Amino acid sequence: MVRFVMRRALFAVPVMLVVTVLSFVLTAFVPGDAARTILGPDATDEEYARLRSEMRLDDPLVVRYIVWLGALLRGDLGRSLLNNQPVVDALNQRLPVTLSLIVVAALVTAIIGVAFGIASAVKGGALGRGLDMLASFGQAVPDYWLALLLVIVFAVNLGLFPATGWVPPGESVSRWAERLVLPVVALAAGGITGIAKQTRDSMLSVLASEYILSLRAVGVPMSSIIFRHALRNAAMPVLTVMGMIFVGAVGGTVLIERVFALPGLGGLAVSSTLYGDIPVVQGLVVYFTAIVLVVNLLVDIAYGLLNPKVRVR
Amino acid sequence: MTPKPSPTKAPTRRDVTVSLATVTNSSPAVGSARSAEDRVLSSRRSPGTIVRLLLRRPVAVISLLWIALVSIASFAAPLLMPRDPYETNLSKAYQGPSLENLLGTDQLGRDLLSRLMIGGVEPLSGAAVALSIAVVVGATAGILAGYLGGVFDWVSSRWVEISMAMPGLIVLLVVLAVFPGNTMAAMVAYGFLIANPVYRVVRAATFAVTPELHVDAAKSAGLGALRILRRHILPRIMGPLIVQATLVAGVSILLNTGLGFLGFGPKPPATSWGALITEASQLIVIHPWMLVPTGFVIILTVLALHSIGDTVRDITNERWAGMPRRARRRQVPAEAVVVDQQPVAGPEGSALLEVRDLTVAFGDDRVRVVEGVSFAVNAGEIVGLVGESGCGKSVTGRALVRLLAEGGEIVGGSIRFDGKDIASMSEREVNALRGSEISYISQDPMMALDPSFTIGTLVGEAVQRQEGLRGSAQKQRVLELLAAVKLRGPEETMRRYPHQISGGMAQRVIIARALAGRPRLLIADEPTTALDVTVQAEILDLLREFQSRFGMAIIFVTHDWGVVADICERAIVMYAGQIVEAAPILDIFAAPKHPYTEGLEASNPHHATRGVPLPALAGSVPAPRDWPTGCRFAARCPYATPDCKEAPIPLLSPGPERLSRCIHIERVGTREGVTK
Repeated sequence: MVRFVMRRALFAVPVMLVVTVLSFVLTAFVPGDAARTILGPDATDEEYARLRSEMRLDDPLVVRYIVWLGALLRGDLGRSLLNNQPVVDALNQRLPVTLSLIVVAALVTAIIGVAFGIASAVKGGALGRGLDMLASFGQAVPDYWLALLLVIVFAVNLGLFPATGWVPPGESVSRWAERLVLPVVALAAGGITGIAKQTRDSMLSVLASEYILSLRAVGVPMSSIIFRHALRNAAMPVLTVMGMIFVGAVGGTVLIERVFALPGLGGLAVSSTLYGDIPVVQGLVVYFTAIVLVVNLLVDIAYGLLNPKVRVR
Repeated sequence: MTPKPSPTKAPTRRDVTVSLATVTNSSPAVGSARSAEDRVLSSRRSPGTIVRLLLRRPVAVISLLWIALVSIASFAAPLLMPRDPYETNLSKAYQGPSLENLLGTDQLGRDLLSRLMIGGVEPLSGAAVALSIAVVVGATAGILAGYLGGVFDWVSSRWVEISMAMPGLIVLLVVLAVFPGNTMAAMVAYGFLIANPVYRVVRAATFAVTPELHVDAAKSAGLGALRILRRHILPRIMGPLIVQATLVAGVSILLNTGLGFLGFGPKPPATSWGALITEASQLIVIHPWMLVPTGFVIILTVLALHSIGDTVRDITNERWAGMPRRARRRQVPAEAVVVDQQPVAGPEGSALLEVRDLTVAFGDDRVRVVEGVSFAVNAGEIVGLVGESGCGKSVTGRALVRLLAEGGEIVGGSIRFDGKDIASMSEREVNALRGSEISYISQDPMMALDPSFTIGTLVGEAVQRQEGLRGSAQKQRVLELLAAVKLRGPEETMRRYPHQISGGMAQRVIIARALAGRPRLLIADEPTTALDVTVQAEILDLLREFQSRFGMAIIFVTHDWGVVADICERAIVMYAGQIVEAAPILDIFAAPKHPYTEGLEASNPHHATRGVPLPALAGSVPAPRDWPTGCRFAARCPYATPDCKEAPIPLLSPGPERLSRCIHIERVGTREGVTK
């Protein structure tokens, strides 16, 4: 098991390298010149030349990448072209918002999705058919559109939740939670239907399997069959889908943060992209990739815990 | 926003990363966990056939029409638009739907329908670009990986693995930072990112045909790549490819509208669906209606794409299920169903189990697969239930413990065990009998143990249920049971998982578990079929030992006459859902009284003489829907005469303790028919 986790964790290294190399190479083609962007049109040629060499803009791409990577390993992602703020500070300041959203949405998605899936597998009938339809919609409704709908109904018309804004949990947990409700629902809804449907499908096929039959054949009670045996085996394909849905949700936060004006990484991603603030964009790539890798690693660990074929050779 | 995975097509990432885990995981019945290879091999259909079948499904037709409508309305918008989408008219701002503006107006009084039409160009062409790239890149890489294998395959598969760990939307934002405002560049990049599913499908198909290709290439050297693609690969992947394409198109539209919503897209006053939602989002308090039309068009378009994909999946999977649709509709004529009231077979007296007229039906149209089966089993007796696959013997065996597969139901008759009717018990009452009075062992031992638990846990669970033991007492009893079934090193076996033990060991574990409650009857469904011959003999010895030590009766469901001869005292032969013969074991071997029994015995390899060809029983058991009114075996019977086919044949009693469902009993064994 430890070796399995180690192997999966080591997989993060090539992913990070590929992603950062890609973004580095791509951004090398950015039209214009970072030094000019910072200095503005009034700077002298001398100032310009000094800044260029300071930023190593004249070095070959490979050298610049290695320098950048070295700095990254020391926790330095450079400075924003717009306001000269260290990129790491800008990102860390916004990270808690995005993480709150992702973690809470992931938990909600997993718990509600699996619960619905089990219920519809065991009860079947109308619940099952309803879930099939809901799942199709869940895949088709854009989450930001759903978010706007939620704002109209629950914030504007019913006034149950605030439409926008952010309160750090350190300040007030209840107000933090209150402001997270609608964004989390919007981000989680599609995933809930997807996970519920996957849970139902794999529960049904596991329940039809020979080993479930042979458990029933020796009188093991249905409750133990469903919650101990079937659920555990059905969980594996569900986990895979969960991983994919969570990775999708990491991207989805960008849109959801926009709707609810949450001061997270997503908002920064949009503005830095619009203004061509390359160091920040690169920093965001590192952060988001890291989040995705952590999500995937957790899914892998859960997978290993559930599946003895991975755990025990 | 990376592709939202379709919930039904499940593990894709894991196919590559932990292939061992998914492919061999739990049971192959986990349909959603089937590997890409399975899916590809199962769905070979020509594009023409797929389109024709697609056009027969109303949902698919409506979806196709909707896609066509939206595409025409968008790309031909300059010709079709009711009004100028850029013409402002402040006096008519914020209007709802009216005859003049069918979908109302926006904050500047512009016609929403026209804006919606012109706004479709951006997402639809963006999706088309991403889709084309995904198909071209995925298919090319898939063919190369499948055909060349080796390094190219390794590299491209690692790339797939890595690219699935990339947050799609973020990568696209990098692209947009490099090409400001150029959403098409972003869609091109997105095409590369979502080429994975296409790659997978094509790669698997190419792997499957590569041996064929080498043969062909040897025959005609100049076989062009395009011809290979068209002749060998495309037909195999058409179905899965269309399914993947609809998913790719769907997520691409969602992604493009998402980018538009974030402000990446055509510059105002030009618009896109995403930009229309942004405009609406700024006015949700005063004019929420604006959100509705665009949202619905996006949702319906993506839904339509997905439902086309789902329909294609159904069409291509139908063939895999191996059930031609037409046969499904044919009903058995009511008069063909015969339930005869024959006396209980076997010696009279205090039977442990007495089955009368057992009839089992499956499915919504209640097709009977077992009809009017009656027999009895005495305490301590070993009875063989014999027949080819499809004759109803396993269904009968499972009906006795009420463990019929999904859709199966006992529709008639009784199963008296110890005087109580199992057929009419509540599920709770039956479950109390299972394991304690009657145990059941199913066919494949490797499939019959839950892969997620250790042997100790699995047997311990039965021990706890049957004897209420926990803790060290439970462990002690598990060890006893494992030792009783002669497992070497029971201590070590307890700690093992099912995938770590052999089939023979697994069957011993299953027997140990089935015997934990000291049942009086064991129903063993082909318990040795999946095992090696030497292991078979050991398992049979083991079962015989338990029978003589504890006086346990056994119903042995099998197609193997060698096993029947070895272990059974009596044999009941089934054919097409009925009992056709029942007799003590010596009699049935000495002189079978039914042509089917005779044929089965003659084709038994255990009795083969070297040099003499094995006489095969021609034909196969007819499907339950095709059972004739008269003798069900007549079509394959060498003795059959016209009167065999006229009326249902009753069970006759040609001798003490013997039954036969044949009107030509006296001729059976004369072999005249066989030599004819």
